[in-house]
Amino acid sequence: MTEQDSKNMDTLVEVRKIGKRYGNIIALSDVSTTVRAGEVTCVLGDNGAGKSTFIKILAGSHAHTDGELLVDGQERHFSSPREALDAGIATVYQDLAVVPLMPVWRNFFLGSEATKGKGPLKRLDVDFMKKTTKTELAAMGIDLRDVDQPIGTLSGGERQCVAIARAVYFGARVLILDEPTAALGVKQSGVVLKYIAKARDRGLGVVFITHNPHHAHPVGDRFMLLRRGKSLGDFAKADLPMDELVSMMAGGAELEALAHELERSMGADSAVVSELKEDLK
Amino acid sequence: MSTATAADERISGSSKISKVLKRPESGAMVAAIVIFLWFALTTDAFATSGGSSTWLLGSSTIGIMAVAVALLMIGGEFDLSAGAMTGFTGLLVGILCTEYGLNIWVAILVALVLALAIGALNGFLVMKTGLPSFIVTLGTFFVLQGVNLAGTKALIGQVAIQGMAKVPYYDQPRTLFGSAFTWGENGSVYASVFWWVGVTAIATWILMRTRVGNWIFALGGAQQSARQVGVPVFKAKIGLFMTTAAAGWLVGMLTLFRTSTVQANTGVGQEFIYIICAVVGGCLLTGGYGSAIGATFGALIYGMVNQGIVYSGWDSNWLKTFLGAMLLGAVLLNEWVRRRAEQSR
Repeated sequence: MTEQDSKNMDTLVEVRKIGKRYGNIIALSDVSTTVRAGEVTCVLGDNGAGKSTFIKILAGSHAHTDGELLVDGQERHFSSPREALDAGIATVYQDLAVVPLMPVWRNFFLGSEATKGKGPLKRLDVDFMKKTTKTELAAMGIDLRDVDQPIGTLSGGERQCVAIARAVYFGARVLILDEPTAALGVKQSGVVLKYIAKARDRGLGVVFITHNPHHAHPVGDRFMLLRRGKSLGDFAKADLPMDELVSMMAGGAELEALAHELERSMGADSAVVSELKEDLK
Repeated sequence: MSTATAADERISGSSKISKVLKRPESGAMVAAIVIFLWFALTTDAFATSGGSSTWLLGSSTIGIMAVAVALLMIGGEFDLSAGAMTGFTGLLVGILCTEYGLNIWVAILVALVLALAIGALNGFLVMKTGLPSFIVTLGTFFVLQGVNLAGTKALIGQVAIQGMAKVPYYDQPRTLFGSAFTWGENGSVYASVFWWVGVTAIATWILMRTRVGNWIFALGGAQQSARQVGVPVFKAKIGLFMTTAAAGWLVGMLTLFRTSTVQANTGVGQEFIYIICAVVGGCLLTGGYGSAIGATFGALIYGMVNQGIVYSGWDSNWLKTFLGAMLLGAVLLNEWVRRRAEQSR
């Protein structure tokens, strides 16, 4: 088997020239990329670039109007999030869908609780759920002292991890993470990146949506850049060094103009200007 | 609880006690013990079988309602019509039997169905309109109050049910709802006490050990999140409103068959007592946290103080002052407990 063959086999989701029109408004057009098992596909773009439209197509909230969406090589048109879930595509939204005052294990199984017994004696299998929560979180590299503590006591990064672990446990093969680092500090962002890498190592295909190239580059295997609803291209990591990614993200030419302008008004030795120039190199 | 979950070496043994203290009902439990000891030591009648059965009876009907209201509050809603519902169902059965000669069991069933329908309507209105349940059930409360007062007067020309004991088969439901065991020298434990214990046990089981219980906590804690992970929010909420209505029916029956009469204003003003008991028992006003046992302790406190004040020879109006102070204290305590629960350890 050649390397190419094995890669094709591992392709979980592929989008070809996909697009979405709302009436005469073109929200997204001509976007192509692939999500492979054990790889992280980063979707980068500024606010309003079309990231959310792209997620919504993959997550099944909105059906695409142009192009093709292939899951396991089969063309699909999702008409509900349930369908996407059944195909193994789970989305972890920014609010994480957790209940802060409830214990971690109750949150982990919320909506899909494990039970034992029959009839009126049908009851929660508390031991199983606690144990599973602990082992599943440990597999993601998060070591909880006590799964009985309210999930609100966990840090933002850890909560994100519980949401990811939950999606994985309930059968996700493709994980869509919607700006998981957006609301987090530097250290917490690092924690989340670690979990993304962990999910990737467990063989999941991860779609990591972010506007921060510094977060995307360390964990990404493939980068798809969006601007104004259009794809700027789909690159493998080897073809796109960090600085190039940053300047593409910011729109290199525009940044250069900005640097010049700032230099005039703030002086060449100002910190902002030298930082901008550093980024542009 | 669970012993099969491997204990983590980072949790020291002493945390078992602090775990118990962190339960929502622990504050009310401690307060109940203190209040019991106080009245038992300062008055002669309080701890006798006669005295105890009086305050147990008083606590029982309040307790049944407080437990149902607590479930609803944990689910994030209020039901102000719960008090008027106890009068409504009792009056309905009384009027159907004494005035229209309906079979007593059929009348009881009709009252239950109507109560459930009103509960479902409460829930439906809250969920469909998105209005606060406080307003919606305030509306049904006033409607029921008016129906109870005006309807009763219009139909039987009186403000209380008369002649209930002469209704055929009266003894059958009376055994179920209104009978009593003698206890000690001068005490008697009424059926409602057993119903109270049963309701508390079932509610606790549902809350802590069933999927529905998990959903109730989630509904009050973060409804949107619950919906996202597939909890049937609409059905669960309506079910909770129907539960308080059903509890209102049960208390209506307990009142009717113990005393063989119901006043047209029965239950009015009690709705806040239920909420106070639930809050004293550790329920957060904002939902998502609380316990059924706590509400039962809350009701026990209410019943004990209600009677203890009489035995102490104080003016019984002090009860209201006590209730208010208790409520404020409980709210502050709950807020503190919640903040501690949310803080990382």
